[in-house]
Amino acid sequence: MYARLLTWWTILRICLEERLVYRGDFALGTLMRFLPFITQIFLWSAVFAARDQSPLRGYSYNEMIAYLLLTNISRAFSSMPGLASSIAQQIRNGEIKKFLIQPIDLIGFLLLARVAHKVVYYVVALAPFALVFYLARGFFSGWPDVTTMLAFLVSLVMAFLLGFFLEATIGMVGFWFLEVSSLLFVYQLFSFFLSGQMFPIDILPSAARAAVDLLPVPYLAYFPVAVFLGKVQGTALAWGLLVQAGWVVLFMVASRVALHRGLIRYSGFGG
Amino acid sequence: MAIIELVGLAKAYRVYQKQEGLLASVRGLFHRQYRTVEAVRGIDLQVEQGEFVAFLGPNGAGKTTTLKLLSGVITPSGGTARVMGHVPWKRENAYRRRFALVMGQKNQLWWDLPAQESFRLHQQIYLIDPARFERTRDELVELLGVANLLKQPVRELSLGERMKMELIAALLHSPEVLFLDEPTIGLDVIAQHNIQAFLRHYQQLRRITILLTSHYMKDVAALCKRVVIIAQGRIIYDGSLSGIIDRFSHHKVITLLFPGDDRMPSDLARYGEVVEEFAPKVKLRVPRKNVPDVLAGILARHAIEDVSVEDPPLEEVIAEMFSLAGEAQTGDGEVDRVAERVT
Repeated sequence: MYARLLTWWTILRICLEERLVYRGDFALGTLMRFLPFITQIFLWSAVFAARDQSPLRGYSYNEMIAYLLLTNISRAFSSMPGLASSIAQQIRNGEIKKFLIQPIDLIGFLLLARVAHKVVYYVVALAPFALVFYLARGFFSGWPDVTTMLAFLVSLVMAFLLGFFLEATIGMVGFWFLEVSSLLFVYQLFSFFLSGQMFPIDILPSAARAAVDLLPVPYLAYFPVAVFLGKVQGTALAWGLLVQAGWVVLFMVASRVALHRGLIRYSGFGG
Repeated sequence: MAIIELVGLAKAYRVYQKQEGLLASVRGLFHRQYRTVEAVRGIDLQVEQGEFVAFLGPNGAGKTTTLKLLSGVITPSGGTARVMGHVPWKRENAYRRRFALVMGQKNQLWWDLPAQESFRLHQQIYLIDPARFERTRDELVELLGVANLLKQPVRELSLGERMKMELIAALLHSPEVLFLDEPTIGLDVIAQHNIQAFLRHYQQLRRITILLTSHYMKDVAALCKRVVIIAQGRIIYDGSLSGIIDRFSHHKVITLLFPGDDRMPSDLARYGEVVEEFAPKVKLRVPRKNVPDVLAGILARHAIEDVSVEDPPLEEVIAEMFSLAGEAQTGDGEVDRVAERVT
């Protein structure tokens, strides 16, 4: 057991080192991610000006901006740049063989690599994030209470896991279709509009809202922010976290099954 | 008991046949045509512990497929294989800790990190005892003379240096069986020689079992006593390297040196096929059984300054064999005939 932990720790450490090779790229990318945000501020201030600043389905102007700022945090956890495409690419170019001949678990390895990726990202991104939130502090109405904060953190960690296993599952589809980019595009499109990164999904008409609620994507961006802003509380909060956990487990299993069946297919067909 | 044992091992792939053109591509969305490629068609092979065996064969003969089957990357469509008592395609960790596969065309090291980091990772993946890890690593690093390159990112290494690092990574867990697929591909002569020297030394030192595929006859000649030739997915020869010439070459090459340019006769073709002519030197290809008569005839009729009789170069013999097997591509019968002729 201890030996296995040490193995995973070493993998994590080496992945960290590898990510640090690209630290400059990271720092620049972090600042850039806030650029589109400026246009969002203009957009929503125009919308609210047209409404004489009356709240929009429970969101005041300040809350809306706070919401959009916070989605950057949940996206920082749940977005998995390059994960699905790199899995599909490894299947296509045969690099996946490495994981077949070595005594190592592919999904566990990828997860650790992604944790390392994220940890390095947070370290580099902390300063730019802090700066932006400090400048935008006027949009927030203080810190949430401890329970809410804890629930927020839990939902962020689960958003990370959900994002990882969802994209890993999409990547494994590469065992059947060599190219997963169009599938990935559809997923990203859905995720872009329905995860809540463009607008809070509770401003949608109730029928649409009910449909979106059946999808896993809102748990990638909307849900953690809604938790932070106190939009979900009490039983709704507990239920929300439970459903999020359910999605995580579902895709955890799905990615395993896809890998297992995919390997049978791969090894049967060659490559 | 043999350490590697293959019985009737076969592998057929289903390959999608894409027709040319856009219309055909659209049609391919609905109706796909597949062709079955029999990469390996029933191989029987036994390798004893400590043997160094070369797999030779033209491209597409089934060499790499066989290595992939033995390393468990693919599952066979027929037959059985056991390596150290394990069925490779079950991919048990117990098996995966005991062998290694090095592919000359694939990189297993971390591209952006120094090789020593990949080594450290292997230590953990293979659960190698730290003290043993360091001992093995230092030994391999010294043998290959790469101590000064350990801290350099892999992407900045030359191809030859990288191959040495790949070998170290593969040998850190002291595998008992090593599969090498074209380990010297693309390397210059010196680098090839270094890798050969290392492999020979290491194999003698550790008595591990190695299966090697290579296109460089020099690799094979330098390393392997036993050669297995695969063509069209079947073994057509299994024996010593020198045995290939005995069995397959029905010719000898006679080199004649005449006392002067003007003293070279013009009717040499009557003795055999003239393969090279640089007056006053000529090379003749002569059927083996005719060699004594031809030599006697020439010596009786012409003044000769020097003469030598040699086997044709191994490359040539093997190329001839491959082309024979290649001609058989149209029908199976021919392969059988080739196989019959040689075994």
